[in-house]
Amino acid sequence: MALPTPLQAFSAVPKGPVEKLTADKHIVNGEKMTGAQAVIRALEDLGVEDVFGLPGGAILPVYDAINENTKFRFVLMRHEQAVGHAAEGYAVSTGKVGVCIVTSGPGATNTVTAIADANMDSVPLVVITGQVGVGAIGTDAFQEADMVGITYPVVKHSYLVTRAEDIPRVLSEAYYVANSGRPGPVVVDLTKTAQTETLYYTWPQRMILPGYNPTTKAHGRVLANAAKLFGQSYRPVLYVGGGAVRSKATEQVRKLAEITGAPIVTTLPARGIVPESDDNVLGMLGMHGTVAATGAVQQCDLLVAIGARFDDRVTGSLPDFAPAARVIHIDIDPAEIGKNRAVDVPIVGDVATVLTDLIPEIVRDQAINGKPDLDPWWATINELRDKYPMFYDEPTDGSLAPQWVVQQLSDQADPNTIWVSDVGQHQMWASQFIDFKNPNSWISSGGLGTMGFGLPAAMGARVGFDKPVWLIAGDGSFQMTSEELAAAFIDHLPVKIAILNNSVYGMVRQWQTLFYKNHYSATNLLDGEAREGQTVGVGPDDIVDVPDFVRLAEAYGCVGMRAFTKEQATEAISKANEINDRPVLIDFRVWKDAMVWPMVAAGDSNSNVTYKPGVQPLKGSQN
Amino acid sequence: MANYPASQPTSQRHTLSVLVENRPGVLARIAGLFARRAFNINSLSVSPTERPDISRVTVTADVEEVPLEQIIKQLNKLLHVLKIVELDSANTVNREIVLVKVAADAKTRSDVLEIVQTFRVRVVDMHPESLVIEATGSSEKLDSLLALLDDYGIIELVRSGAVALTRGPKALSEKVLGSEIKGR
Repeated sequence: MALPTPLQAFSAVPKGPVEKLTADKHIVNGEKMTGAQAVIRALEDLGVEDVFGLPGGAILPVYDAINENTKFRFVLMRHEQAVGHAAEGYAVSTGKVGVCIVTSGPGATNTVTAIADANMDSVPLVVITGQVGVGAIGTDAFQEADMVGITYPVVKHSYLVTRAEDIPRVLSEAYYVANSGRPGPVVVDLTKTAQTETLYYTWPQRMILPGYNPTTKAHGRVLANAAKLFGQSYRPVLYVGGGAVRSKATEQVRKLAEITGAPIVTTLPARGIVPESDDNVLGMLGMHGTVAATGAVQQCDLLVAIGARFDDRVTGSLPDFAPAARVIHIDIDPAEIGKNRAVDVPIVGDVATVLTDLIPEIVRDQAINGKPDLDPWWATINELRDKYPMFYDEPTDGSLAPQWVVQQLSDQADPNTIWVSDVGQHQMWASQFIDFKNPNSWISSGGLGTMGFGLPAAMGARVGFDKPVWLIAGDGSFQMTSEELAAAFIDHLPVKIAILNNSVYGMVRQWQTLFYKNHYSATNLLDGEAREGQTVGVGPDDIVDVPDFVRLAEAYGCVGMRAFTKEQATEAISKANEINDRPVLIDFRVWKDAMVWPMVAAGDSNSNVTYKPGVQPLKGSQN
Repeated sequence: MANYPASQPTSQRHTLSVLVENRPGVLARIAGLFARRAFNINSLSVSPTERPDISRVTVTADVEEVPLEQIIKQLNKLLHVLKIVELDSANTVNREIVLVKVAADAKTRSDVLEIVQTFRVRVVDMHPESLVIEATGSSEKLDSLLALLDDYGIIELVRSGAVALTRGPKALSEKVLGSEIKGR
């Protein structure tokens, strides 16, 4: 063998000829197969039913091992970012782990946005990426990228697999780590060497995770302390976040609200955890939350954070957030407790388990000490609720009000509909105006705020469930992943797409209007300028809207419709609800000056929430 | 409440011993965590331990209690981190090593050697114009030694991060489950 290159001489990865599989050093019982075959077998043995991906050079052996006998469904996407988002949508709606298989280099780096998104929103993903052969690592080989290194800051954990025999164990661990504790993305970077060498496959595998012991159950003392605080509080609020959704704690949250009488406010990811029709639900709090929710939290004397992390979009200025409140914080991640807000009763554990144990403690405490009278508190809240309901201004240019469109979609939809949103103004309107009926029926990119998340996530949700999926997207965000219409059509994922087309990057424009003196820098998209009576096209009398979303949909085999007026909109929606054999897209022409209200300016106190321009209902009302 | 950067002039020195799996990339994960969470640390040293499957990272940082708690919690989230102990300075042996090249000719050499003797440190190289001194000790001792040598002209200096052990017969790794990490 030639002498090693200087780089190889310094490399930590063993470069010599591959050791023979011998009984004293390696496992030699079990079924002999290649690493690539073991990947597929391990996924099957883990019970994976659906996998999203896109092939490429360094992952070819694994794709070669996928065939008609493979037990999971494989969904071919058209871009690796969409692979990741589809797996996220699948994971959020089903509660299972989303699995992706992509190639090395650009394929892998394209998934980084989705991985970061999953990390922020605690979505369980296993992302299997190809990697160049062990001998080529560190040589700047073709399509080589240090995926493990690139993703350090945005993963729950990651692996570089250099030996085939590690594959079954690593995949077992990855799957378990992704889905347990605080869920998150796990990257498995699979060298071509590991894929092509042989191993003896055995199942199940013994996991070796000495540094991983998530706490799920709280101990008795903190529960008693929490129960005592409930007994002393006359203005409690339950601040429910995405952790409660991941933990499937709907029943427990509802029960807790019922026995304590406390109102429920939710963060963006927890929309629908308890149906909006429930009287205890005040809606979303924070930057674009309802006045009742934000106001209740500002005035409360006990804030019970349940799987929520005091994000800045929720709290506004931290020192001014719920200034008079004592805080009970329930979270499975100890690092979230005390990170942004000092806590009076910290409870580390799985939300559902903790609440199941906490509820009897509260009942016991109430039996001894009685239940505080919350009537004055509800009177305050109901006054806010009645005085400041969600509202919107009618457009002045004859276009549709985007909020009205959302309401229509919600009114006409099947009650089992899964709602997916992209990121922007339409996302806020969707969360404000949809009448959520079921938990896990709302999928949106919260923490990272990833435009382009919507279409692939909707497709992922459709893979997981044979239920109607409505995507509410903006004209800007939709264009970031619109190529996935191809996969949606070809793979029979009949998602329904509502584009609230205002022809601009609406949320950016809103900030430009409010904070940048109407200087609309780089926010005009010119894809929705035509109004009623005008035609979209390329002829001399046509308005040139690029892209023409209707023809775009048709080019991908989907049904495209356009609505300028309320009549057209209602008709298009009912037509779309009838079509279940292919994706449907409706291009709703909405008002570009519509704004998301209420609003708290970034970094401002939540007590300065603006209900509509000039009206700040909570200002000076600090208890 | 969030209070970053965590270090303030009045902050106390804390020493953390972090037992980690002895695997490639562990240091990158830890260093990356400090960087992205804006944790300001003072020194960091990594070495193998009495167990081949475990490495020991010693971190010193001048931080307040609350940010320190965040550092510990965030470190604990890394799967390769097995155990974190904040060492109590009263019950800990804490050492650093410094190699320092001091200008010392025939006129000043005896003065420098007197300092060397007083501090009970060693001369490891002698040249007509310079001395190389090797000193180990607590960081306070090394600071005062260097302050004295500064008058003679420090030509070159290299200093390690702190390493620390608790007093008494116990090992931190005793509490780490099994030694099966070797399995991989």
